[in-house]
Amino acid sequence: MNTVIFRTIAPYLAALMLIFSVFVLLRGHNEPGGGFIAGLIGASAIAIYGIATGVNEVRRAIVFHPLALAGFGLFLSALSGFFSLFVNEPFLTGLWGSINLPDGTELALSTPMMFDIGVYFVVLGVLSSVALALEEDGSAN
Amino acid sequence: MASGVDHAIQPPPAMIEQATAVADWVLVWPVALPLIGAAALLMFRRQTAFQAPLAFMVLFALLVNAWILVDRVASDGPIAMTMGKWVPPFGISFTADLLSALLSGVAILVSIIVLAYAQGEVEPRDTRYGYHPLLLLLLAGVNGAFLTADIFNLYVWFEVMLIASFGLFILGGRKTQLDGAVKYGFINFLATTFFLIGIAYIYGLTGTLNMADIALRAGEIEFGPRITVTIIFVIAFAIKAAAFPLNSWLAASYHTPNASVSALFAGLLTKVGVYALIRILYVLLPATWSQTETLIAVIAGVTLVVAPLGAIAETNLRRALGFILVGGIGAMLAGLALSDPILNLPRGIFGATFYAIHSMLTMTALYLVAGLVERNTGELDTRRMGGIYETNSWLSILFLVLILAISGLPPFLGFWPKLVLIQAGVESTQYWLVAALLINAFLTTIAGSRLWAHIFWRSGHEGTGSETLNDRLHPLAGKAVSWGLVPVTVLTAIIFALGLYPAPLFDLGQGAAVDIITPDRYIDAVGLSPAEGGAP
Repeated sequence: MNTVIFRTIAPYLAALMLIFSVFVLLRGHNEPGGGFIAGLIGASAIAIYGIATGVNEVRRAIVFHPLALAGFGLFLSALSGFFSLFVNEPFLTGLWGSINLPDGTELALSTPMMFDIGVYFVVLGVLSSVALALEEDGSAN
Repeated sequence: MASGVDHAIQPPPAMIEQATAVADWVLVWPVALPLIGAAALLMFRRQTAFQAPLAFMVLFALLVNAWILVDRVASDGPIAMTMGKWVPPFGISFTADLLSALLSGVAILVSIIVLAYAQGEVEPRDTRYGYHPLLLLLLAGVNGAFLTADIFNLYVWFEVMLIASFGLFILGGRKTQLDGAVKYGFINFLATTFFLIGIAYIYGLTGTLNMADIALRAGEIEFGPRITVTIIFVIAFAIKAAAFPLNSWLAASYHTPNASVSALFAGLLTKVGVYALIRILYVLLPATWSQTETLIAVIAGVTLVVAPLGAIAETNLRRALGFILVGGIGAMLAGLALSDPILNLPRGIFGATFYAIHSMLTMTALYLVAGLVERNTGELDTRRMGGIYETNSWLSILFLVLILAISGLPPFLGFWPKLVLIQAGVESTQYWLVAALLINAFLTTIAGSRLWAHIFWRSGHEGTGSETLNDRLHPLAGKAVSWGLVPVTVLTAIIFALGLYPAPLFDLGQGAAVDIITPDRYIDAVGLSPAEGGAP
């Protein structure tokens, strides 16, 4: 896989895929998409980048260990259930709110979205951790 | 559902429209807190110094919570909370009756002791690979399985347990650990597959996954499908609980991981299988009981007699303990067989509950002592052990107390549940199961005292003269005492105290059994009442 074309294209491709994964994540609330599938797309971006540039480069680029990302996702998802504690509702009850930005657009926020972002990070973290470990084995041989 | 297409969905009679009382969060903490703790620990995996204190904080908070939960359930009856404000039969309910609350509480207590013990055993490398988050995740799975009132959710918690236990199994990466993990993993995947098939089947038959709703509708299922789905569940949970013909995976795998991990597994995992069996056979499908009773009785009787024979024959210390553990599963299943939901005989379930609590505490302590013995002698095989009585008499006293407790000799804790079980056997005139229970106690005593004599009493290892002392002992010192001997002593003290003063457990166990035999209050708590016939 160590061709010039692939090595040149991979960073752009990975960046596009990561942006697309965020798009799919946010789109998932009302239309097909969501945290799981977005996490898969994001993890494939990281895997492609790893194949092109080597695993160490990727590990430097994403700063955090992939499993720490997964832990963060689990933390976020679990935390999203607790907001209902403050309004006297059962665990995991969905709460919605919106912020009006200065330029007039309305930004809708909700605990289900927070949960979904958590799922995104869990899937992204676990799968890229697996992918990077497999790629590492390949290069060692 | 049976209703027509244009039939609007009507809320069931007790739909939760108002906010649930905040205090009902006691039901959620046992699952949510370890989950969130595990996530936090996973994020900061490299900060090893920070792992154990946070895990301890989470567990102590859980212990306080469990105390409040047991207290509330004991005084007010079962409590429920349906997640996300959904309508009960559709949303996932968490429901605690006394059985769930008690077992969850004991599981938390056991985890604290194991965590303390692990501080003297787990290497920094294992901490970095996630020992603490996995332990919390395992506890979240166990608590979830005890507290959920949704049968598919129960499956999810079984999977959480399975994943966490895989991780714990292979920490350390020795070849035998991988071997044990493969055996454990394969057979448990098989069990969860059976469980999943059973869930799909019962969903097809009743159109609901909520346990209380299934309990209301199970009477309408025809005989053939009902008995089939019952047998599928029995196979699934008999594997999980390691009952006789399906028990060999336990003795083949539980001795391979670190001592603290195998103690945790011995304390928690098999009991979840027994709990699920009680819940499903008694609360969900009591109508099949007259058919399954004999099957459970035979499984229990054979498990009771065969397992301790394995313990007598075995020379590997922790494998022998595995067989003793399986014998205890036989006793709990005997409790199931000695009750009857139709004739309203709760005493057997009372005995099974009591035995499960006893077994969780005592088996954990035994495995932990076994870990200390292995560290003391540097051996895994009892044939090459010996002479510890000389160097560490306190350890030998702990082991003896625990062996007498697990064999059921008075005044130790194990005597009381066995007494209740034997009373139940006499009450329901199943004398051969009473005989099996007594034979089990006798054989376990032989196996246990044989282990004690070989490991502690004999001065050297096998084949040496009685004057030759074992010169290969490594006396426990430093961390092995403060984070090894001390937690085990605390646990043994708890077991000893409960053996001398079992009255609270008698009250709680009886209450738990009554709610299992007549689950009306459980169904009520979820928000479905028998009179209204559940969901529309």
